[in-house]
Amino acid sequence: MPLLEVENLVVEFPTRRGTLTAVNDISLHIDEGEVLGVVGESGAGKSMTGAAIIGLLEPPGRVASGRILLEGERIDNLPYEKMRRIRGKRIGAIFQDPLTSLNPLYSVGRQLVETIQTHTDLSPTQARARAIELLTEVGIPAPERRVDQYPHQFSGGMRQRVVIALALCVNPRLIIADEPTTALDVSIQAQIIALLKRLCREHGTAVMLVTHDMGVIAETADRVAVMYAGRIAEIGPVREVIKNAKHPYTHGLMGSIPSIGHDSERLEQIPGSMPRLTDIPTGCAFNPRCPHAFDKCRTVRPDLLPIEDSWTACWLYDGEEGRNKEASKKLVAETKADAVLEGNNG
Amino acid sequence: MAEAVAKKREARAKIRDAGGHEVAMLKVQGLKRYFDVSAPWLNRMIERQPKQILRAVDGIDFEIGQGETFGLVGESGCGKSTVARLIVGLYGPTEGSIELEGRDIAGLSRQQMAPMRRRLQMIFQDPYASLNPRWRVRDIIAEPIRAFDLAKGQAAIDARVGDLLETVKLNARDGEKYPHEFSGGQRQRISIARALASEPEFLVCDEPTSALDVSVQAQILNLMKDLQREFGLTYLFISHNLAVVYHISDRVGVMYLGKLVEVAPAKTLFTTPRHPYTRLLLDTIPDLDMSGRERTPVAGEVPNPITPPPGCTFHPRCPFANERCRAEIPMPRPLSDGAIVACHGIEEGRIPDGPMLTLPARPEGLA
Repeated sequence: MPLLEVENLVVEFPTRRGTLTAVNDISLHIDEGEVLGVVGESGAGKSMTGAAIIGLLEPPGRVASGRILLEGERIDNLPYEKMRRIRGKRIGAIFQDPLTSLNPLYSVGRQLVETIQTHTDLSPTQARARAIELLTEVGIPAPERRVDQYPHQFSGGMRQRVVIALALCVNPRLIIADEPTTALDVSIQAQIIALLKRLCREHGTAVMLVTHDMGVIAETADRVAVMYAGRIAEIGPVREVIKNAKHPYTHGLMGSIPSIGHDSERLEQIPGSMPRLTDIPTGCAFNPRCPHAFDKCRTVRPDLLPIEDSWTACWLYDGEEGRNKEASKKLVAETKADAVLEGNNG
Repeated sequence: MAEAVAKKREARAKIRDAGGHEVAMLKVQGLKRYFDVSAPWLNRMIERQPKQILRAVDGIDFEIGQGETFGLVGESGCGKSTVARLIVGLYGPTEGSIELEGRDIAGLSRQQMAPMRRRLQMIFQDPYASLNPRWRVRDIIAEPIRAFDLAKGQAAIDARVGDLLETVKLNARDGEKYPHEFSGGQRQRISIARALASEPEFLVCDEPTSALDVSVQAQILNLMKDLQREFGLTYLFISHNLAVVYHISDRVGVMYLGKLVEVAPAKTLFTTPRHPYTRLLLDTIPDLDMSGRERTPVAGEVPNPITPPPGCTFHPRCPFANERCRAEIPMPRPLSDGAIVACHGIEEGRIPDGPMLTLPARPEGLA
């Protein structure tokens, strides 16, 4: 049984001008100890998915339909108090900006102790000892002294370590990390990623890593879901998705990332931009920007289909054998990763 | 318009000094900018604290040739944005000179600076904050045209604005709209159109794509390359994203704590980085090729620029640091292949070439 299952999740925002669908019928699962990356550009619905799972959707946003199961138990319809017990204890959260996730008026130690005591029966002294232990674990030097300092006395990277310590307080089964390294410098980013990976390995914690940075995903995730306009465009093992992208969007996204060593005068570019939630195109939401779009793409919405080792929501891979084979061959041939090509004409 | 530009470019190519050498578009020498961040005078007297000086830019030299793109990289707080602001004259330098085609523009008065401003424009990071939300796009773009009196009459101005919008691949009719009607990438195009309105030769771009999504970033980078070719522009391109800098730059400078630690042609810098900081920085780039390489996280963090470490400011994080590094400030020295490196270890030849991966990382000792 997977640790977390999301089934046909729909997140809606009722507004005066009608209901906006931020997340439109997505299903995914995360196994124990697994890192699932969720990538996409702004407005893709990736953070909304994370917020829906931990039950922290900003009103008026709401889960309109679908189910979220943690260890087989539904958590999307729990009352607030019950969900609060699960948050922190069984699901931890790490957000983008470490400064806003910490209370500037309380010392770091007090915030850790509060979280620990909320979810366990430890005495204040034991909780403090545990707090120091956690700070040591996330690599903060001189934790006995630092535990009594305030968030403003920590640098950005150190603050994010404190936030990770907070998320790990009571050994949660799952951590939702929403852009945990985006606000940090590259050298600090590497430290934080290494830390997250080590902790997951040691504690067997599963992570849902939400980010727009393909590089971070490539390094950290086991599987990756690529989101576009509230839907999953492609989901599969990270290697498969990055090296052998099936969906034209993933393909364009990978091509548009400049990388060192690849010399090209121009970057591949996807024309246009992500549609606003108010006017999502009918059919496949990507069709106006897709170089391979045909009639069916403009009218019928594609669902995820298994292709080789991953799942892709794209009509190119469906139905009439001819089109499928030709188109997918063409797409694959365009990828830079020629080496991976051998033996995958499945 | 293209012909005029070509003519201008030709004329500019002939600008040479007395010795017949081509004059650099921009030449920065010994540039320094200090900020006084002390507590108010009375507090200082009561608490007996000395003045606190933040050395944001602490003596840097570089040149940018005509039509060249010079990339400036570094982590937050290293002073790269201060350099941008010094060059366009938003800050006055504490010391040093900034020469635009051989003419020192550092410390010019507002009035003296005015004609130089036309030739020197800036593109900012945040396309949401850098466009006036109450102005129509056509007025935003027309402002430099009016300010420098580049077109006579409303009809001519309108035509020019339409041209500029089309140059950045927007529609001429978009001029009627307000900035909020555009997406981030489109706004950055408007910023670029505004910068181009005064027919500049030199553009200072401070993290122009950092606020954008990758697919939009690719569009903007491609556009900037196209414009450079078309108008013969020279860029100073500032970014913390090494891959972006590699893609767009001809030469790259790496900044650390207010100093340039290494300047080299982009290819050289990224294939044979010399300075230990450059190498560590390159090691931290996420690996999209999935070669299974583990990143070596750089130990420690950038120190406080108010109290920088003595000697080479990188020594507390450097695995090669010795006594000399802790005491003596290294000077930039040119190497045979055109790279300029400020490092005692490189000068003495005690730092081997190759990646840093094989080296023992020093434990984090920066409490």
